[in-house]
Amino acid sequence: MPELGVRAQRRGWRWLLLIPILAPLPVGLYNRLEPQLWGVPFFYWYQIGCAVLAMAVTTLVHRLTRAGR
Amino acid sequence: MTVDARQVEIGVFAVLLGAMLVLGFAAARWRRPPSLHSLEEWGVGGRAFGNWVTWFLLGGSMYTAYTYIAVPALVYGVGAAGFFAVPFAIMTAPMAYLISTRTWSVSHAHGFVTSAEFTRARFGSRGLAALVAVTGIVATMPYIAVQLVALQAVMKTLGVTGEWPLTVAVLVASFCTFRSGLRAPALLSIAKDVLLLWLVLAIVLLVAMSGGWSAAFRGSGERFTADVSPASGLLLPEGGWLGYLTLVLGSALAIFAYPHALTGILAARDRATVQRNAAALPVYCLALGLVAMLGFFAIGQGVRPVGGDLNTVVPQLFHEVFPAWCAGIAYAAVGVAALIPAAVMSIAAANLFTRSIYREYLRPGASPREEARVSRWVSLLAKFGALVFILLLDPQFSIEFQLIGGVIVLQTVPAVVLGLWTNWFHRWALAAGLLGGLATGLFLLYLVPQRAPDGRIVKAHFGGSNLPLSQLGLDSRSAVYTGLIALAVNLVIVVAATLLLRALRVPAGVDATHPADYHADATTTGPTSTAPRHSDSLLDGPSRPRVGAHAAR
Repeated sequence: MPELGVRAQRRGWRWLLLIPILAPLPVGLYNRLEPQLWGVPFFYWYQIGCAVLAMAVTTLVHRLTRAGR
Repeated sequence: MTVDARQVEIGVFAVLLGAMLVLGFAAARWRRPPSLHSLEEWGVGGRAFGNWVTWFLLGGSMYTAYTYIAVPALVYGVGAAGFFAVPFAIMTAPMAYLISTRTWSVSHAHGFVTSAEFTRARFGSRGLAALVAVTGIVATMPYIAVQLVALQAVMKTLGVTGEWPLTVAVLVASFCTFRSGLRAPALLSIAKDVLLLWLVLAIVLLVAMSGGWSAAFRGSGERFTADVSPASGLLLPEGGWLGYLTLVLGSALAIFAYPHALTGILAARDRATVQRNAAALPVYCLALGLVAMLGFFAIGQGVRPVGGDLNTVVPQLFHEVFPAWCAGIAYAAVGVAALIPAAVMSIAAANLFTRSIYREYLRPGASPREEARVSRWVSLLAKFGALVFILLLDPQFSIEFQLIGGVIVLQTVPAVVLGLWTNWFHRWALAAGLLGGLATGLFLLYLVPQRAPDGRIVKAHFGGSNLPLSQLGLDSRSAVYTGLIALAVNLVIVVAATLLLRALRVPAGVDATHPADYHADATTTGPTSTAPRHSDSLLDGPSRPRVGAHAAR
């Protein structure tokens, strides 16, 4: 069944979702003040930045897995 | 501040809140289905909400007033550790893409409105389903109560005393839900987000005009260095990482077990709607992150909480720095943000009761009409229960109870979330694991002492959700979220008991679901419903032409 194979291949893109899921977890790496952004310490703007990353990656995965349906 | 400013604030707050409640009543007429008298319509909005309505509803039910009030209050108190709500909220979105699409599909294929019904079908045990339902209801009730506590904090800041304003607000909100079901919170969320957007813009402008974030963080840094507490600071203290990490992970997992989060997902009209929402939901995290940092801004501005109640920090900040009319809008935004999740939670709890207890044990074969009627009354009961709870007890107590609620609901994860991928677990093993996890969780919470900033023990038990490892006799300054430890114990019991029960050849339940059910979409088969599939075409545009089972309608 070639149809199923293609679908399974597309579903493989979902592994990309691990990036935004894991991004907020290495606490030791982002628990720091510098570099600051608009006066906000790294600890805070990095985590808020993860939201933007999550939106970008999830949108990408959605497009890649649903293309051609 | 003169008395006049207060009156303006109260006036704007009352008018906006009143307008919202009128909207809630009108929601029953919004793209009215032929009948609201079934759980499909009343409880999950006919499973017909499109991209936008679903986004607003999920934002309204998951980012609660309690979040907007308590997170900045925590940041105000301890700094970095209070920020955990932001990464946890972000993680849930990509997780939802993987988990919630499966939940949506299997629920759509079988007509489930709660996760307890899913466990009944998956593991073939109504006893397990009832256990999951009761656990969900117990965890949800205090969550409703804390929403009302947030509303009370706003009223306290406004100087409104006495219990009647809160009672009136809850009464009116309850009747909105009673009449309109899930349509009321859905419509209210849209209106709320208009206010919220205004609030976010006002915050950005305000911070820019008062020295920017650097001034706020500088002031906060000075205060955290000056205070005696080792736990507070602009960064996590050494040994604070593990507690932060486990709290983020545990809270993110718990979201997928909370009944009210599921209700919004099930109301979506197809899989793609759930997926697009997973991509778009982190927009709310940006707002949450901004509001959380208000805790630092409040320190920089020298805001003092009313009567020592930290939950009044944000309302008090609005009062001190916004013009009166703008503060009134902010209060209304927080007020409605409390009523929406309270409505969704009471609907979710009511559906759990109706489908997994009433229909299973009390009245098998209840008609859809009867189910809707029971759910309506139970939802009313749930809100009044929460109201009585906070009027009779110290509000502080309900906040602690909510903490316990998270640990409790996490114990249904093996059945409700892992069950989406496997039916390997034995039904009795899941029940044993759930009970074992609950017992462990409650025991560990009992061990957690509450400490004053100088390290003195204020309260010996139920002092927080993170257990210091030193309490277990380990030589460590770290703490771990009790919910995750309890979940680990739960899983060990589930696996061990499953192996044992299989070895003893105790019959497992029959799985009524099919692997294809977990990928079912709106274009394949679904439950029979007489609802028009376009209940939100007003916002989302006309629905696409349907094929398959839906084409007939």
